[in-house]
Amino acid sequence: MKRHLISAADLTRDDAILILDTAEELAHIAERPIKKLPTLRGRTVVNLFFEDSTRTRISFEAAAKRLSADVINFSAKGSSVSKGESLKDTALTLQAMGADAVVIRHHASGAPHRLAGSGWLRGSVVNAGDGTHEHPTQALLDAFTMRRRLAGGRGDLEGRRITLVGDVLHSRVARSNVLLLATLGAEVTLVAPPTLLPIGVETWPCTVSYDLDAPLPKSDAVMMLRVQRERMNAAFFPTEREYSRRYGLDLRRMAMLPEHAIVMHPGPMNRGMEIAADVADSTRSTIVEQVTNGVSVRMAVLYLLLGGNEPAQSTPGGVTANTPSTPGAATASNGRTGTEEIAQ
Amino acid sequence: MSTYLIKDARILGGDAQDVLIRDGLIAGIGAGLAAEDATVVEAAGQILLPGLVDLHTHLREPGREDAETVATGANAAALGGFTAVHAMANTDPVADTAGTVEQVWRLGQESGRCDVHPVGAVTVGLAGKRLAELGAMADSAARVRVFSDDGKCVDDAVIMRRALEYVKAFDGVVAQHAQEPRLTEGAQMNEGTVSGELGLRGWPAVAEESIIARDVLLTAHVGSRLHVCHVSTAGSVEILRWAKSKGWNVTAEVTPHHLLLTDELVRSYDPVYKVNPPLRTAADVAALREALADGTIDAVATDHAPHPGEDKDCEWAVAAMGMLGLETALSIVQETMVDTGLLDWAGVADRMSTRPADIGRLDGHGRPIAVGEPANLVLVDPGARRTVEPSELASRSRNTPYAGLVLPGRVVATFLRGVPTVIDGKLA
Repeated sequence: MKRHLISAADLTRDDAILILDTAEELAHIAERPIKKLPTLRGRTVVNLFFEDSTRTRISFEAAAKRLSADVINFSAKGSSVSKGESLKDTALTLQAMGADAVVIRHHASGAPHRLAGSGWLRGSVVNAGDGTHEHPTQALLDAFTMRRRLAGGRGDLEGRRITLVGDVLHSRVARSNVLLLATLGAEVTLVAPPTLLPIGVETWPCTVSYDLDAPLPKSDAVMMLRVQRERMNAAFFPTEREYSRRYGLDLRRMAMLPEHAIVMHPGPMNRGMEIAADVADSTRSTIVEQVTNGVSVRMAVLYLLLGGNEPAQSTPGGVTANTPSTPGAATASNGRTGTEEIAQ
Repeated sequence: MSTYLIKDARILGGDAQDVLIRDGLIAGIGAGLAAEDATVVEAAGQILLPGLVDLHTHLREPGREDAETVATGANAAALGGFTAVHAMANTDPVADTAGTVEQVWRLGQESGRCDVHPVGAVTVGLAGKRLAELGAMADSAARVRVFSDDGKCVDDAVIMRRALEYVKAFDGVVAQHAQEPRLTEGAQMNEGTVSGELGLRGWPAVAEESIIARDVLLTAHVGSRLHVCHVSTAGSVEILRWAKSKGWNVTAEVTPHHLLLTDELVRSYDPVYKVNPPLRTAADVAALREALADGTIDAVATDHAPHPGEDKDCEWAVAAMGMLGLETALSIVQETMVDTGLLDWAGVADRMSTRPADIGRLDGHGRPIAVGEPANLVLVDPGARRTVEPSELASRSRNTPYAGLVLPGRVVATFLRGVPTVIDGKLA
C-alpha cells in the first residue's frame, strides 16, 4: 500500500482486499466486551476537520481509539484556521507536534493531495472527504458492506451490479465508489438527471442512465446519494417533488429490486427526498450497518498505514498483529511497525 | 550616446550580417562593418529580432508591490527580450483615470529597462457599469490606446458596444477578457474529463467562445476594433477565423502557457497551474499553435501574472489565478512554434513584435530592422539550453509553471533605443 490514502484510485485490487479482509478481522473486536487493541499505542492520529462532519469524525476517532492511538481532534471552527491560518501553517504545526497520521476533511477538492505531496508533513495522510472529489474510506466501508451482504464477506465483488443514484456531480462518495467498485470487479450504473452528471462521465468505468426504473430489476445493491435541496435554486432540477418522483427510491421502486438486493445510503439522508422513510427503515436497508462497518474499515486503514503492511491474523481469541515485540513496547526499532501481541 | 556593432547576427534568422547602432538608431547593416568608437557584440550563430512587444502583463503597481513593481516587471521584460509591454489596469487603485495611467507610464520611463504602456480600464473600477474616462486616458502623457477590464469580462452587451464605438474617436482598441460570468461562477479549471474526475468546478470553453462570438458581431456592427485577450480554445479559433474571413477588424493573442501546457497538469492540484483562462486540452493546444502559425491569432502575449508565495502555497480553491511569463515567453515560443517547424524567426518577429506593436499603436516598436529605424532589438541564442530556476528570475514573484524544465533559447542582449538593457544575458 502507498503511504497515504487520498483516492480510491490509490488502491490496487490486492490493496483493497487486504483492507477489507483486515476490517473483517477487526470487526470481531467490536463484538467483544472490551473493544480495544494496543496496536497503535504511542502513535498520534490527528483528525483535522475543516468541514463539519460529526459522523465521519467520530467514526475515525472510534477507530483510532480502539487501536489505542492517541487522538487529537482539530476542528477548523474556533481555531487559528478560522483566524486565517493557512493549510500550510496548520500542517507545519501538526508536524511539529509529531502527528503519525492526519485524517483530513476539507471543503476544497485536492486539499489532502496538497497536504500529502507538499513536504509539509512526514506522517500518513488519510482523506476523509475533500470537496467534491473523493471519500475513499466511505467507498471502502460501502464495499465492505456489499461484500458481507452479497459475497459472503470474502474476495471481491466480481459481476455484482451496483446502482448509484443522485447528485453524482457534487458527490465525493460517487467518485470514490465508482473507482473502487470497478477495481473490485463490480458493474456500476450511475443514475442521475443529466444536470447532475459531470462532463466526461462517459470516460468513467461505469454506465450511465437517466432512468432509475431501468437498472433496478438487475441491481444487487442500490445506493442513494444525498441531494441538497439548495441545488434546486441553481436550476439543477425544477422542484424537490419532481426530483423525488423521478429519482427518489420509494416502496414501488424498491419492489422492483431482486429479492436479495440491498439499499444503501452514505448519510445524512433527506427522508422523503431521495429516499422514502419506509425504504430507509426497511429490512433491505443497510444504512445503520454501514455506520458500524465504517469503524472497522477505518481501523483497518489506520492499522495498515501505521502498523504494517501485512494483514492482521485471526487467532482463536481474535486478532494478532504479525510483528511480535516486547509486550508493552509501542514501537519497533524502525519506528513504523508499532505492533504487538494483543491482549487476549 | 554609445555606439554598438553587432557582428555576424542572423537578422530574422537570415544570413549573418553586421548591424551598427548609433544614437539610438540603426546606422548601418552589411557585411564587414567597422566603427572605431563602437562596442563590439559578437553574435555569430545568434538571431537578431526587433524588440519584443507584450500586449498583456500585470505589473501589480500600484497596490500589490509585494508581487511585482513596474521596475521589477520591466527588468523581467528586458531579460525576456521585450522593449515594450502593456500593463493591465487591474491594479489598486484601478487604472481608470488619467492620473493612474500617467503614474504607471512614468514609473516605466524611470526604470529605463522597457517602455511600459498602461492599459486603461474600460469601466470605472472594472465594475462593468459605467465607462471610465477613456478619452482622458488617451489624451494623457501615457497616450493609452488599449482599453481592457482584463481579469473581468465586459459582459454587458450595451457597455461593450458603447466602448467599441467610443474608442473609434482616438483609434483605440477594446481588449476583451472573454468569460461569460454566469457560466464560470466558482469555476476552477477547464471543464472536461479531468475536472469531472478531480471534482473541481468546470470552466466550459463555451463561456469564452460565446463572448467572442458576440463581440466580433458587435465590432462588425459598429465598425470598430476588437482585440481578444488570451484565446484558449479551439472553438474560439474557429470564430476568429470566421470573423477575419469577413474582413472585420478583430485581432487576438495567445499566451505561451496555452501553447504548451494542458489541464492534465491540474491532477497535481498544484496551484502554480491555476490560471485564467484555464489550461485546456491537448486538442486546444494544437489548434492554438496552428492558429498562431497561420495568423488567425496575431500575437503572443504573456499574461505575466505575478503572485506572492502564500497565494499559491495553499489549497487549489483559494489560490490566486495566474502565472509568470515574461522571462520564459520566447523560449516557449521557440519550443512550441520554431523547433516544431510551425513558424520561422521572421514569423516570431511578426507575432511577438510587429503585430502587437501595431495593435497597441506603438510608435517606434515592432519596426523593421533597417537603417534609420529605432534600435529596439533583441539578440537570441537559439542553440542555448537552460533550466528554469524560479529563484533566479528577476520578477519579484516565483510562480512560474516551468520550474525545472529545460527550455531552448536564451536572450543574450536587448537594446532599447540603442541602449543595452540586457547584455550577456544579464541586466545591463
